[in-house]
Amino acid sequence: MNDLHPARLAPRHFNLTARVLHWSMALAILAMLFVGIGMVTSLSLRPTLVSLHRPLGIAILLLAIVRLVNRLRHRPPPLPADLPRVQVLAAKASHWLLYALMFAMPLIGWSMLSAGGYPVTMFKGFNLPPIVPHDATVYAALRGAHTWLALLLFATVLLHLAAALFHAWVRRDEVFPSMARGASPTPASAAPEPAGVSPRDSGDNDADS
Amino acid sequence: MPVNDPADAPMTRHRWPALLAIALIVGGVALAFGWIAGWLTPGRLTPQRFTNAIESGNGQIYRGYRRAHAKGVCVAGYFEGNGQGVALSSARLFAPVRTPFAGRLSIAGGSPYGLDGKARVRSMALELNSDDGQQWRMAMNSFPFFGVSTVSAFYEQTRANTPDPATGKPDPAKQAAFLRAHPEFARFASWAKSAPWSTSWANTTFNGVNAFRFINARGDVRNVRWSMQPQAAFAAMTAEQRAAADGNFLSEDLQARLARAPLRWDMVVTLAQPGDPTADPAQPWPEDRQHVTVGTVVIESSTPQANGACRDINYDPLVLPTGVQGSDDPILAARSAVYSVSFNRREHDIASGKADTAVGKTAAPEARP
Repeated sequence: MNDLHPARLAPRHFNLTARVLHWSMALAILAMLFVGIGMVTSLSLRPTLVSLHRPLGIAILLLAIVRLVNRLRHRPPPLPADLPRVQVLAAKASHWLLYALMFAMPLIGWSMLSAGGYPVTMFKGFNLPPIVPHDATVYAALRGAHTWLALLLFATVLLHLAAALFHAWVRRDEVFPSMARGASPTPASAAPEPAGVSPRDSGDNDADS
Repeated sequence: MPVNDPADAPMTRHRWPALLAIALIVGGVALAFGWIAGWLTPGRLTPQRFTNAIESGNGQIYRGYRRAHAKGVCVAGYFEGNGQGVALSSARLFAPVRTPFAGRLSIAGGSPYGLDGKARVRSMALELNSDDGQQWRMAMNSFPFFGVSTVSAFYEQTRANTPDPATGKPDPAKQAAFLRAHPEFARFASWAKSAPWSTSWANTTFNGVNAFRFINARGDVRNVRWSMQPQAAFAAMTAEQRAAADGNFLSEDLQARLARAPLRWDMVVTLAQPGDPTADPAQPWPEDRQHVTVGTVVIESSTPQANGACRDINYDPLVLPTGVQGSDDPILAARSAVYSVSFNRREHDIASGKADTAVGKTAAPEARP
C-alpha cells in the first residue's frame, strides 16, 4: 500500500503508539496463548488461569481496536525495496491474519461463553452481557473454532517471531529497528536536539506526537 | 533464499549461527507450548485423559450425555435466604429474597439408563441467578465426604472400577490394589455399605463436600462446607425394596411429589474452626462445628433433561458470586476442569447430530443395569 508514495515521505519507524501497542500486545497475546493452553490441560490451575484469561482477552480486544485505528491512520514504514516478492506477500498476509485473529479470538471467546451459558466474568461482580444465545450447537462450533484459531494464531506468532529475527540477524535490514525503536538523531546532529527537527525522521516523529 | 541478494552477500559467512539461534528460539517457544499442552508427556494426567478414563469406566460413550451422573432430571425453583447468611457471605442470595434456579437431580454413574435402585450416590446441582446479575453454581452429592483426598487417587479409583473388556466387570485384583494403596477410602466404603438408602430425592441430604470460603461485606473470611437437608421426612429403603423398585422410581416419585407440593431443603452451612482441613474432601470436620441455616431450596417443577434447561448447563462448582470463593481443595479444581471437558464433549455430540436420544429425538431404551 506504500508503493504509490515516494519513499522519502514514508516513515522509517512505526509511531510510538504502534510500538507501545505492538510490544505490550505481543507480551499479552503470547501470555494469553500459554494461559489458554495451560488452563484447558491442567487439573489444578484452571480456576486461576480462567480468571486471568477472560479479562486479558477483553483487554486485548480493546487494544486491538486502538491499534487498528492507529494503523489505518498512520502509514507504517515500507518493507525494504529488495525484499523478495514472496516474503513481501508473506509479510502482508501474516500481518492481516494477526489483526484478524486479534479481533476474532476475544470475540469468539466471549460468544462461546455466551453460547455455553457461562457468565462472562471479568472480575468478581462484573460480568459482560451474553452476545449470542445459549445454544449447544452454536457453543460447540465456537468452542472448536476458539481452539483451532488459537493454534493458528500461535503458529502465526511463531512465524512472525522467526521473520522478525531473520530481518534483525540475517538480513540486518530496517524492518526490526522500525518496530524496536523510534527515530534516532541523525549522525550529523549528535548534539541534544529535538529529533523532530531532522528531515530524515519527519514521517516518524509527526506520527509520534 | 537471498543467495542472489547483493545486500546479503557480505554476511553469508555469518548466517548459519543466526539461523540456528532463530530456530532455537522459535523451537523453544513451540516446545514450551507443547509441554504445557501435555503433548510431550503422554503420562501426565490432564482433564482430557481423566475424562477418557471416565468414558472407559462407563464401558461406552453415551453421546450427548454427561460423562458422569448421566441420568437425571431438570428441576426449577428458587432459593429463599433467611438473612442468617448475610453475616457470613456477601452473596446476594443470602438476603431475604427469592433467587430462581435451574437445577438438576441425578444419580451417579455414566449410563443414562442406570437403575435408580442400584445408584449408591445421588446428586443435586443448582444454577442460581441472583438479582444482582451474578451466578452461583453448586454440584452436591449424597455422600458426606469424598472417597479420596487427591486427584491422582481419584483417577486411580476411576481406573480400578473400569470394567475389564473380557468380563464386563471391574477387575477385583485392581480394586483390591486400589484399596491397599488408599486406606483413606475405607471411610467412604463404610459409608457406602452401611448408610441407609432413602426412598426419594426429596428426602436425601445433598452435601457440597468440598470446602469453600465465605467472605462477608466486612471482608471476614470463613472456611465453610454446606449441605441441603431435606424437609421431607427420611424414609429408608431396604435392599429388597430397591431390587423390586422400578428402574426410574426416583423421577416417578419426584413427579408425584411435585404434583402435590413443592419440595424443600434447608441450606445448612458448617463453619470450620482454625486447623480444620480445607484441602482434603475425604476428611469430615468434627460434628460439633457450628451450623447455620441460611435459607431454603424450593423445587417447584421438573422437566426431562432431554429438553430441559439443565441439559446445556455445566454445573461447574467454581462458578461463584461475590462473597464465595473456592478453597485449596485440589478435587474442587479438578472437578471444574473435568466437568468442562465433559461439557465440551457432550455439546459437541449434540452439535454433530450424534445425540438424538440425549436431545429427545429418539426414545430412550428401557432402563438397564
